[in-house]
Amino acid sequence: MTQQAVLQVDNLKTYFHLEEGKTAKAVDDISFKISPGETVALVGESGSGKSISALSIMQLINKPGRIEGGKITLNGKDITNYNAKQMTKIRGNDIAMIFQEPMTALNPVFTIGNQITEIVRKHKNMSRQEAHRHAIHLLKLVGLSRAEEIMKEFPHQLSGGMRQRVMIAMAISCDPMLLIADEPTTALDVTIQAQILDLMNEMKERFQMALLLITHDVGVVSQYADRVMVMYGGQIVEEATVDVLLESPKHPYTQGLLDSLPMVDKDVNRLGTIKGTVPPAYDFPSGCRFSTRCPHVMEKCHSQNPSLSTSDSEHHVRCHLYPSEVKE
Amino acid sequence: MHKYIIRRILVFIPMLIMLSIIVFALAKAAPGDPFTGKILDPTVDPEVFNEQREALGLNDPIPVQYFRWATSMAKGDFGESMYYKGRDVQSLISERIVNTVYLGLFALVITLVVAIPIGIYSAKNPYSPLDYSATTFGFLGLAIPNFFFGLIAIYVFAIKLGWFPAQGTISNIHITGFSEFLNRIHHMVLPGITLGLAGTATYMRYMRSEVLDVLGSDYIRTAKAKGMNDRNVLYKHTLRNAIIPIITLMGFEFGALLSGAIITEQVFSYPGLGTLFINSITNRDYPVIMSITLLLGVAILIGNLLADIFYSIVDPRIRYD
Repeated sequence: MTQQAVLQVDNLKTYFHLEEGKTAKAVDDISFKISPGETVALVGESGSGKSISALSIMQLINKPGRIEGGKITLNGKDITNYNAKQMTKIRGNDIAMIFQEPMTALNPVFTIGNQITEIVRKHKNMSRQEAHRHAIHLLKLVGLSRAEEIMKEFPHQLSGGMRQRVMIAMAISCDPMLLIADEPTTALDVTIQAQILDLMNEMKERFQMALLLITHDVGVVSQYADRVMVMYGGQIVEEATVDVLLESPKHPYTQGLLDSLPMVDKDVNRLGTIKGTVPPAYDFPSGCRFSTRCPHVMEKCHSQNPSLSTSDSEHHVRCHLYPSEVKE
Repeated sequence: MHKYIIRRILVFIPMLIMLSIIVFALAKAAPGDPFTGKILDPTVDPEVFNEQREALGLNDPIPVQYFRWATSMAKGDFGESMYYKGRDVQSLISERIVNTVYLGLFALVITLVVAIPIGIYSAKNPYSPLDYSATTFGFLGLAIPNFFFGLIAIYVFAIKLGWFPAQGTISNIHITGFSEFLNRIHHMVLPGITLGLAGTATYMRYMRSEVLDVLGSDYIRTAKAKGMNDRNVLYKHTLRNAIIPIITLMGFEFGALLSGAIITEQVFSYPGLGTLFINSITNRDYPVIMSITLLLGVAILIGNLLADIFYSIVDPRIRYD
């Protein structure tokens, strides 16, 4: 990669300081980068720290959460220590975000037009008329043909899919370099999911954005992502290009995730499961965080958390099963 | 929307009739009439009182009395006071109601000016010292009865400190113009605060929980993710949503302030509807009692209608069609 990364995250740590002195290490030392035009998927179960990672990049972590350490570089600029005012110029303008629940993500008391023009007027200094025209253009771009009418409508008058299109229109309105989509289709009907993902992909190509796609749907990953990062317990446990990861997953957790998917070309009686649930972030096991659920658990796993291997630049894994690759 | 309002006003009519029956029944159920307790003069033949009762129609069957009363009320004739001889109820009420409405408005303004900013501050800075103080004040405000607070306020601010007058609406009738206005406000401070106390506490708690609730919602996160600054997020995206239940409550407050004034006015000897009401009860002045009760009932009905209409204006999700 000779190109400068759009986003580079180094050793990001976001902790939640709970009552009784407990600390939830929701995001614990993750590093990754996203190149221009690249789609990177962040995969993991609920509670693995995906959304918190995204919100940390946006610096939208609420109390009692806090970014404890690490460095976030956006297009070569270190934005880690940007203050609230500086961040308002980044959010929506350089990094845009789409959320999981289109039903609640739009403000119920303002019209769609108001909510779209607001963002372009802020970041692009457009006049009222320019913003209005731009908003209609955006709505048409995301496939809402009744754009003029929708401008005057309120969120509750639109369906979930339409609202998510509005969210996409809003996200692309200021031509951001990075789009973060946090489970953008989880709350939608299956038939709408593909449409929304295709639309996002199309917009990504058209506006030359990088895309960080947060999902727990491996099917989505295989179709849209270039590279995949698997998160577990606030850490990245495996990272590879999408083909490599799907063909030869190394980490037992990734293997478990893939086994739990139905495959057209595989004839199995029973889909695989991963026993247990993600441990709460304030109560990770010592050693490897997956050790309590891992089918290949070894003595070493209980005492020592493996580090992410870097010997193979294309395929990183955090597991004691691959000792040659782990730097101690 | 217009259809809805017309429908609501039509529903008013049966409610009003019910209300009038209840008011009338309550008045009739109370023991005694204007002549009870007046038979102190042994030289007056008890037969005279009975003739008077007959003349006033107090001996007629109750349904007949009700219809006579209800039809004259409907015609806008509230009857004559039995205590203030020869004065009709309208003029008694209309000269007092102005004072009560001013007092109510004053209390409402104090309530909103104090409660809303503090509520917002508390929500923005939960568990801060000011939030704790406001919470404590809120519970005290709800727990302390109006009359008790009024008495303490008189003792401290009128008698001990002498900052505010303890009673009345104006120092003397020769004050005119702007100084009259100021003098009236000066007289309204203590009763206004007393009357608005419970409302202030309620609104403050409501505002705090609403703003906190909205600040944690998804669309506020969206607004922040769009790069909106704190001011915009708070004053546009948050307040517009948090104010919805508050505006609805204000409709109910309309009736609550008028009826709450009854006790407060009595404590401060404030010549409004409340004192007139209490005096009329003591004097068994039924035409006045019934008119005021009916008026308060109508005020509450109108308040509810206003609440519904306000609600549909501030919340686009509500449409009454």
